[in-house]
This record gives sequence, C-alpha cells and structure tokens, in this order.
Amino acid sequence: MTGYIIRRILALFPVLLGVSFLVFLILHLAPGDPALIILGPKANATSLAQLRHDLGLDQPFLVQYFRWLGRVLQGDWGRSIQLKREVLPLVLLRFQATAYLTLFSALLAILFGIPAGIISATRQYSLLDRISMVGIMMGFSMPVFWLGIILQIVFSVYLGVLPVSGMQSPNGEGFLDLLKHMILPSLALSTGAAVIIARMTRSSMLEVLQQDYIRTARAKGQIERLVIYRHALQNALIPVVTVIGLQVGYLLGGDILVEIVFSWPGIGLLMMNGIMARDFPLVQGAILMVASSYVVINLIVDILYSYLDPRIRYQ
Amino acid sequence: MHNELEDFAQIETATDKERVTEPLSTPVQRTPLQETWRRLRRDKFTLLGAAWLIFVAGVSLLAPALAPYDPLEINLRARLLPVGTPAHVLGTDDLGRDILSRLIWGGRISLLVGFTAVLFAMTVGTFIGLLTGFYGGKLDTIVMRLIDILMAFPAILLAIAIVAALGPGLEHAMLAVAIVGIPYYTRIVRSSILSLREREYIIAAQALGSNDWRMIAAHLFPNSLPPLIIAATLDVGWMIMFAAGLSFLGLGAQPPAAEWGIMLSEGHKFIRQAPHASIIPGLAIFLVVLSLNLLGDGLRDALDPRLRR
Repeated sequence: MTGYIIRRILALFPVLLGVSFLVFLILHLAPGDPALIILGPKANATSLAQLRHDLGLDQPFLVQYFRWLGRVLQGDWGRSIQLKREVLPLVLLRFQATAYLTLFSALLAILFGIPAGIISATRQYSLLDRISMVGIMMGFSMPVFWLGIILQIVFSVYLGVLPVSGMQSPNGEGFLDLLKHMILPSLALSTGAAVIIARMTRSSMLEVLQQDYIRTARAKGQIERLVIYRHALQNALIPVVTVIGLQVGYLLGGDILVEIVFSWPGIGLLMMNGIMARDFPLVQGAILMVASSYVVINLIVDILYSYLDPRIRYQ
Repeated sequence: MHNELEDFAQIETATDKERVTEPLSTPVQRTPLQETWRRLRRDKFTLLGAAWLIFVAGVSLLAPALAPYDPLEINLRARLLPVGTPAHVLGTDDLGRDILSRLIWGGRISLLVGFTAVLFAMTVGTFIGLLTGFYGGKLDTIVMRLIDILMAFPAILLAIAIVAALGPGLEHAMLAVAIVGIPYYTRIVRSSILSLREREYIIAAQALGSNDWRMIAAHLFPNSLPPLIIAATLDVGWMIMFAAGLSFLGLGAQPPAAEWGIMLSEGHKFIRQAPHASIIPGLAIFLVVLSLNLLGDGLRDALDPRLRR
C-alpha cells in the first residue's frame, strides 16, 4: 500500500508540471502587453522597455516559464495589478470560502445521491424508481446557474427564509449565519453531482444484486435489509467513490458559476473580476490554485479507491 | 418452485399460440439501421426529445418570420412587463425588449454553438484518436500525456482560461468549449480502435494487403461510429449549457445580442421585480438540453441494447 501511494504521489509531479505549463502558456498567449497594463496608456517607451526588462518579458518563452515556476514554488505568485496586493495570500483566503462551499455541496450530493440510488435499485421499475429516474434526468440537464436563480427566487424573494447572496450578514456572525448563506448555493451546486452519484449507485447496486453471493446470502435466509446494506452496498460503493471524486472536480468548476449567482466571495468570483480587469497575475494564480487542487483531489480519490479495492494496487 | 413451474407453463402456452397463429412465419430480416429505427420509434421519451428539438430548430430557423418584434428593439416605456401582457406574451426585459422575440432568436445562437462546437471537437478528437489508436508507440504516449494534462483541469476552468486569453466573445467561447471537448472524443475513438484492431476481420484486411489509410477509412472509422454518435448527441446539450454558462459569466456572446445565457444574466439583476426575465431563458436552455439528453439516451439504448439498465 505504501509503495502504491508513493508511486501515485511521484506520478503527480509531471501532471502538476504540465498543468503549470499550460496555465502559463495560455495566459502568455493573451494579447496585450503586461507592462502597458501595469503602467497605463500614458507610459513612455523608455519606462515600458525598462519594466519589460525588469519583469523578464524580453527573455525567451521557456526562460520566462522556468523563472515564473521557480518563483511560484518559492511562494511568490506575483502581485495583483488591480488590487495591488500579493496574489498568493489573496488566492488562499478566497479559496477557503470556495472550499467551504465545495465540501458542503459534496456532502449534500452524497447524502442525497447514495440513498436515492439504493432506493431506486432495490425497487427497480417501481413508481419510486421511475420518479427518481425522471429526477436524475432533469437534474442532469439543469444549468447550475439557472437552478441557483430559481432557488433565489423561491426561497429568498418569495418565501424570504434564506439570504439571497453573500457569505455573511452585515451584523451576523458565527457558524449558523454561514450555514444559512451556504444552503442555497450548495443546493444549486450539489444537484448535478447528486444525480450522477445516484445514477452510478443505482447501476452499480443493480449489478451487484445479480451476483451469486447475494443469491447465496438470500438463500441462507438473511434478512433483506442486511443483504442490501451489509453484502451488496459495500461492493457497490467502490465505483461510486470514483464518481464522487470526479464530482468534487466538477463541483470546483461549477462553483465558479454559482459564486457569480450568489456573490459568494470565493476564488471563482475573484478570478472573474480578474479576467474583467485583465489582471493576469491574479487570473493565473486563481487558475493554478483551482487546477492543482483538482489534481490533488483526484490523487486522494485514487488512493482511497485502492484502499477500498485492493485489486487496484496490484495492477 | 411453484412459480417457476407456472412461468414455464406460460412460456409453453405462448409458444403454442405463436405456432397456431404464425405457423409459417420466418424471422424478419432487418438491417442494423432498420433495427435501430424500430427500437427508437418505440421509446416515447426519445421521440418527445426529438420532437422538441425539431420544434426549437424550426422556430429558430423561421425566427425572422415568427418573432413578433425586433429582438434588439428597446422600448423604455414597456420595461419589465409581466408574462401574459397582451402585446408581449412572455413579457419584456429591463430595456423593454420583447422576451419571446429574444427567445426565438436566441435559439439560433444556442443550437449553432452546440452543434458547431461538437462538430469541431468531434472532428479533431476523432482524427487524433484514429491516429494514436492505430499507430500507437511514441505518438500515442505523447498525445495521451497531453490529453491527461488537459483533463487535469475542470472543463469550465480550462474554457475560462482560454477565453480569458483570447478575450470575451461568442466565437472565442465556441472555440474554447470545442477545445475542451477534444480529449473526450480522442479517448472514445482511441479505445474503440484499440479493441477493433484485435478483431479477425481487421487482421484479415491487413493480411489482404490493405494500406493504412484504407484500414482506417474503410474498416476502423465506420465501426467506431456508434459510440461516437451517442457521445456527440449527449455532448451537444452539454456544450449548449456550457456556452450559455460562459455567456452568463460575460465571456461568451456579448450584449445586446439575443442569447439565452445573456438574457439569464441580464434578467438576474431584476429577480425581485421581474423573475420571469430569468426563469424563461433558463427554462429554454433546460428543455433543449433535456431533449438532447433524452435523445442521446434513447440512441444509446437503440444502438446497443446491452447497455440498457
């Protein structure tokens, strides 16, 4: 097991290197001169040339990339042009808000998705199964940003029971206030993931329930509930774990849209403000942060998966 | 045991009936296409999805004739009118523009973006998948590592990064969405080719001296089409949703264009006064994506019944 984990962690480095290269390349190709953006349109040619030299923009592309990577590894992620602050602390602070939202949404998706999948599979073709299949199809086709707006209209505008946006009330403090603000964005964000988890749980359960050892357990006279929860569910959940891992990545992506709808002060909102202001160091930092956390989450899922299913380690 | 006997008896009876009613009937020979069509026709949800899609495509095509107003025509005296207003059935937005007209014209952009992006991603992805799957070796290793890196990004993040670099706009958003889709098709085609390469008829074609291009164009490509068609149908809906998301973020089509994502984003500012201005365009996106998903699911079941669950 330790050997497998070490191998997987070592395999992480080339991917992270590739991700950092792509982030640098994409924003390097962006039209517009960073020196001009920093100094403004009134800058003269001498000061522009001087700043370009100071920033290393007159160096070949690969030299620029490795210098940038070196700085990133030392914790120097550059300075935001618009906010005039260091990028790394800013990105870390905002990522915290995103992490709350993502983790809470993942929790909701698991809490709704797995039971829905189990109920659907154990009562295949029943009314409940059909309703949940329709729900899955609808949830799968619903744009996350639209669902967010609908929830705002129903729960904030009409019913007035939950705050329409933001992360904190002006004079509110504490966990309860945070939770109240988090419910609607998390519901919007988790729906897509929940239906995919439900779908996977259903098909995986249906497959496991047809296996010989389940028939044996039933033939022995085991109570149906034990057959389902002790024998079937454990094995059925193995592929579901992978899907959950993939969904956390999906949540990180969908999060950007939800943060805009609910003005949630996370990394997505920061990134979008950066894009609109053409603040490239900030955008670069935000993208790098989200992409690397996605890679690390996938690694954790892989390790968890191999822990649940020992066959993976020996392949 | 009792039940099994009963079932057995029923089977016997059914067989006897068939013998009586169709004594000389021979099994109907159908081509795979006929068989697929027969299965598709029986699936009500698939037909419903297809019908809605045809309706939206028809309405979008006939937009100049059907839209009651110019979608960009501003009328500040008729701002935020509710649904059911006599002159504006679906109401108006914050600039007094007719929502129904904007919705009809918006369908053009959404469908165009969805289908073009999928076509682009599918063409490039298939080409790369065919080459890497067929030739393998170093080319395959390098391309697959690149694909791994592309897939190490959440899709929307990569699209946002591309649009951030190219600058906001409908064409750039379409390109970004298409680029993000390429790895998906490459993987599907490559895995099809890898399994097809081992089949006997492929080995036979090779033994008969078919050259590489003939092998790819005449044997491998046509046989990798079914999974590709299913994936593409499901993907159009996803790409429509994705492109609308980029427009919603301000990175896709730009105002005052009549596009569903923009309508949603503009309507969102007035959810207290006129919730319909954001509910209606979102509903349009949702229904088109739903119909494409129903169609994709139906196609998958019809093309490969083993996958039905």
